[in-house]
Amino acid sequence: MVTSMHIDPNKMVTIKIDGIPVTVPSGTTIMEAARKIGIKIPSLCHHPDLGVRAFCRVCLVEDSHSRRLKTACNNLVDEAGDITTNSPKVRKARKTVLELLLANHPQDCLHCERNGKCELQTLAAEYNIRGNIFDPVWKPVPKEMSNPSLVRDMTKCVRCGRCVEACQAIQTTNAIGYSGRSTDFKITTAFEKPLSESPCVYCGQCVAVCPVGALYEKDDTQRVWDALDNKDKFVVVQTAPAVRVAIGEEFGMARGAIATGKMVAALRRLGFDKVFDTDFSADLTIMEEGYELIDRIKNGGTLPMITSCSPGWINFVEKTYPDLLPHVSSCKSPQQMFGAIAKTYYADKMGIPRDKMFVVSIMPCIAKKYECQRPEMNSSGYQDVDVVLTTRELAKMIRMAGLDFNFLPEEEFDHPLGLGSGAGAIFGTSGGGMEAAIRTVYEVVTGKEPQSLDFTACRGHEGIKEATLDLDGMPVKVAITNGLKNARVLMDKIRAGEADYHFIEVMCCPGGCVGGGGQPFRTTAAIREHRMDGLYKVDKSLPLRQSHKNPDIQTLYSEFLKEPNSHLAHELLHTHYQDRSAK
Amino acid sequence: MATETLSRERVLEIIEECGGDKEHLLSILIEIQRECRRNYINEASARVVAEKLDIPLVQLYDILTFYAMLETKPRGRYIIEVCNNAPCYISKSHVMAKFLRKELGINFGETTPDGMFSLQYMPCVGACNIGPVIKIGDKVYGNLNEERIRKILKELRENAQ
Amino acid sequence: MAKTIQLLTARCGKIRPDSVADYIAHDGFSALKKAMNMDPMQIINEVIDAKLLGRGGASYPAGKKWKQLYEIEGDPKYIVCNADEGEPGTFKDMVLLEKDPLSIIEGMAIAGYVFNSHDGYIYIRGEYREIQKLFQAAIDNAVKANYLGDNIMGSNFSFHVHIVSGAGAYICGENSGLLNSIEAKTGRPRVKPPHLAEVGLYSKPTLVNNVESFASVPQIVNMGGKAFQELGVEDSGGTKLICLSGNVKRRGTFEIPIGGVTLRDIIFDPEFGGGIPDGKELKCYHLGGQSGPIGFPEQLDTRYDHTSLKKVGLSIGSGAVVVLDDTICMIDYLKKVSEFFIHESCGKCVPCREGNRQMYMILHKFATGLATEKDFERLERLSFTMSTASSCGLGQSACTALDSCLLHRREEFEAHINGICPVCLNSRKYGDQYAY
Repeated sequence: MVTSMHIDPNKMVTIKIDGIPVTVPSGTTIMEAARKIGIKIPSLCHHPDLGVRAFCRVCLVEDSHSRRLKTACNNLVDEAGDITTNSPKVRKARKTVLELLLANHPQDCLHCERNGKCELQTLAAEYNIRGNIFDPVWKPVPKEMSNPSLVRDMTKCVRCGRCVEACQAIQTTNAIGYSGRSTDFKITTAFEKPLSESPCVYCGQCVAVCPVGALYEKDDTQRVWDALDNKDKFVVVQTAPAVRVAIGEEFGMARGAIATGKMVAALRRLGFDKVFDTDFSADLTIMEEGYELIDRIKNGGTLPMITSCSPGWINFVEKTYPDLLPHVSSCKSPQQMFGAIAKTYYADKMGIPRDKMFVVSIMPCIAKKYECQRPEMNSSGYQDVDVVLTTRELAKMIRMAGLDFNFLPEEEFDHPLGLGSGAGAIFGTSGGGMEAAIRTVYEVVTGKEPQSLDFTACRGHEGIKEATLDLDGMPVKVAITNGLKNARVLMDKIRAGEADYHFIEVMCCPGGCVGGGGQPFRTTAAIREHRMDGLYKVDKSLPLRQSHKNPDIQTLYSEFLKEPNSHLAHELLHTHYQDRSAK
Repeated sequence: MATETLSRERVLEIIEECGGDKEHLLSILIEIQRECRRNYINEASARVVAEKLDIPLVQLYDILTFYAMLETKPRGRYIIEVCNNAPCYISKSHVMAKFLRKELGINFGETTPDGMFSLQYMPCVGACNIGPVIKIGDKVYGNLNEERIRKILKELRENAQ
Repeated sequence: MAKTIQLLTARCGKIRPDSVADYIAHDGFSALKKAMNMDPMQIINEVIDAKLLGRGGASYPAGKKWKQLYEIEGDPKYIVCNADEGEPGTFKDMVLLEKDPLSIIEGMAIAGYVFNSHDGYIYIRGEYREIQKLFQAAIDNAVKANYLGDNIMGSNFSFHVHIVSGAGAYICGENSGLLNSIEAKTGRPRVKPPHLAEVGLYSKPTLVNNVESFASVPQIVNMGGKAFQELGVEDSGGTKLICLSGNVKRRGTFEIPIGGVTLRDIIFDPEFGGGIPDGKELKCYHLGGQSGPIGFPEQLDTRYDHTSLKKVGLSIGSGAVVVLDDTICMIDYLKKVSEFFIHESCGKCVPCREGNRQMYMILHKFATGLATEKDFERLERLSFTMSTASSCGLGQSACTALDSCLLHRREEFEAHINGICPVCLNSRKYGDQYAY
């Protein structure tokens, strides 16, 4: 946000809020200042990670300097007089604004995806709304379900603009935006096309910030219940690294709490035949990707090489930077590598017919739902991953099954696809994929163990990180980025011929998978950091922290794949991309 | 002059003619619309503008749907715009509006089946001293009565042939 | 004695509008010459002394605005002229744009000199296409004659004026919406703070004034601020262009010395409106456009200046005076006003987007005899919330007309509840244009 130039963050400003003096740095909003003294000013459009829009006009307060009420989300303490947050005027205006919003909102909370988790519903309850003096004006519009990942139910939209901010400012995807004016003001794609024909990458950041039931992932829980209930199916599940440090939040555990054991127990009780770990196939990805990188460096392949684990990122590069596709590693994502191995190597080993094997993924991501349905993702002869559930959907199933998550014991993953290294675990955070790769590549290239396995230059939540590694005299320049706005900066550098990196890790969502679009609602930058810390703790606590040392990975190669980038590995674990830009 | 759809080359030319930069976006869009026989900006033209001026298509769509003079759906050859703001209303613009509806056989927001006329309301054009007024293209017609409207429509029909 | 005055309109109709030679022959560019030999702060002091209240509608003191911008550091600074005249019943900027464009250019150039600005923008509404062409010709001629462009009159001061077209959005008359529109963004108003003086066009300090305000600047420089002020009243100097329309015998633009006439003069004096035609009676008059208050016959003897009008709950606004005769139903008219705001709301903020349509629905209930006492409470809550909680001036003022009617003609609302309004029974047969 562009701010006034009189603001000096080193200067402290004291104002009175409801008679209580509060001292905060110049440039602080009234809302933030009020929070410091325990006053929560309600809001619908405000979100700490997003630019201020002040659309909803719920956060109204009285200011002795102003005739009109002020919005606390954007007005700064610098220009404020004495603030009153609870007065007849304030309550009347806030309540009227809420009633106006509710008059243009369907009243079917009981059937709503966000029932119980809706910010508008919460506000209505807090303001003791027991009816509406205004007549209803909402009109139903058809739900948009053109794609496998997300549903747009614009009947529920409150036009707060959070999703547009996420799509345009955070991700620069520019799939959705505003259109029209007055009562026609709404959120839409260009020319009202389905999302599938827009630049949408299904990252789900819009879903993650939507306060109401207007945007949500396509619910696939019933398909999983059906498979679990089907005696003919052998149902295995894999869980992505970032899920274990977020699922606990759904059940009241601390932010970023490590809930791996309880999650495994829950999955077993839900009826999965085997509970496996995507950390395992992340290790496999490191093997394939690491060797691909070494090959490209040694044999003059296209550099920089860019990671391919993040399906939103793949969609983005196919739609927006198709000319850079040769830079993208041919490796499938860990989820898809898992599916391909589960339905070939594992199925054959267990003597289970491939068509009876049913693979479910628990992912922090909604783009994974699209990824598993790509036609090329059927190396086993069948769709390699049958269903993808988000962290939120898994929580729904756990609740429906009546499992008291906090009471569950800590259980272990099954073998052989359930053993993952610490390197696999940190795949769930920005920088983790890079660090994991380096831990292996270093040793493969130099023949020596790294002095420390903690390549801390890769860590942190910054949008773009750069580092140069010394592989025994061979300098390798790497870059790490998260969030598509930042990825765009690097891609433009490559296009301009200004990127002398060897290897770039790109994760589509801010913070990486810990901030994925399928994670528990109300995720913020602060929460993402807790989850990041959680993953590094998981890594630190494991005896096994390098992918190539994973004994089950070694067995997989010796028994089946032979060596990284072998012919069979290419058949099962690598893929190809296509230009999907709008023509 | 006016064509059914503008070629990519023609759109690029218009962009240059109007100054070629973002500041002239609205002029560019108005000109494109004027050259299109059906008085609208289609997706193909919009894509050319978006690409040339480096504006995301979804933001350009916002602009196209926000400004009343711009339209993304085909309209008639001639757009008859009736001022329905208060000063003209006082001067009985609603009587004129009713007459036009009857005369053209269409409602506001609709186009005659022959694609000749569209009927719509417009904001005040500052001709309140000669209200009620209608505007067709750039021309404002004031002090209207039924006879005068019939004459205007007749002239336009003849013009088009 | 004549009640009108020709100051800003002195050249109108007497010169070829885009001719620099004609303009100079009528005293044109003398103010720019004079200004360029003055200290910028001296010019600002003249504008302050002139008591020029912004002519766009908000009546913010121009001198104060100039002084604030002067004190803000930043380079470049931009000069923007708001020529997005969209307030229904207002066509005074059109007169100046059409008949004396060089006076606006001169005013902008003086502002450019004061703020050492090199680029000025004039945002002309898209509906004034012909005027845009004329204005461009005036700019080109001024550049040729070296009163504009590089090294004006051989000095090291350079100033360019660019025309930007609107495309049909009343809200772009709101200054931040206008700046967004120039920047090729949708013309929805910005979130404030930051204020435009600090973070304006392309995030640079920016002066935005109305056409009539800029046209007043050369007059102020030439005659001196004090003399300009003395044309008007103590706290509001100069002249005002007013636009008469609706049910009056003579409709059109008139220039008056501020405070020199009463509302009665404006509507009934033969030099102005000349009274109500067809033997009808005056019912009320809507001042300053759709966002202004409605006045009634009992307020007719109020002098037409900012302070006097404010005392009786009225305001000058844009200078529009729309006169309504007694064949018009109050509720019906308010519905019309409401329709306007429904059409023109940008839609982003809840009180304005949702409030205007609820307001229309309630007025419609009154019009159709379905309203109850409870609807007064609804109107009151809406009016309170929209005026105090809306994001910009549009939503804040959308209820101004309603408020004056509720205050002065509540009995007409009550008559509708009881189903007796002969006037509106007559007009209802035309049906509704919108169904919300």
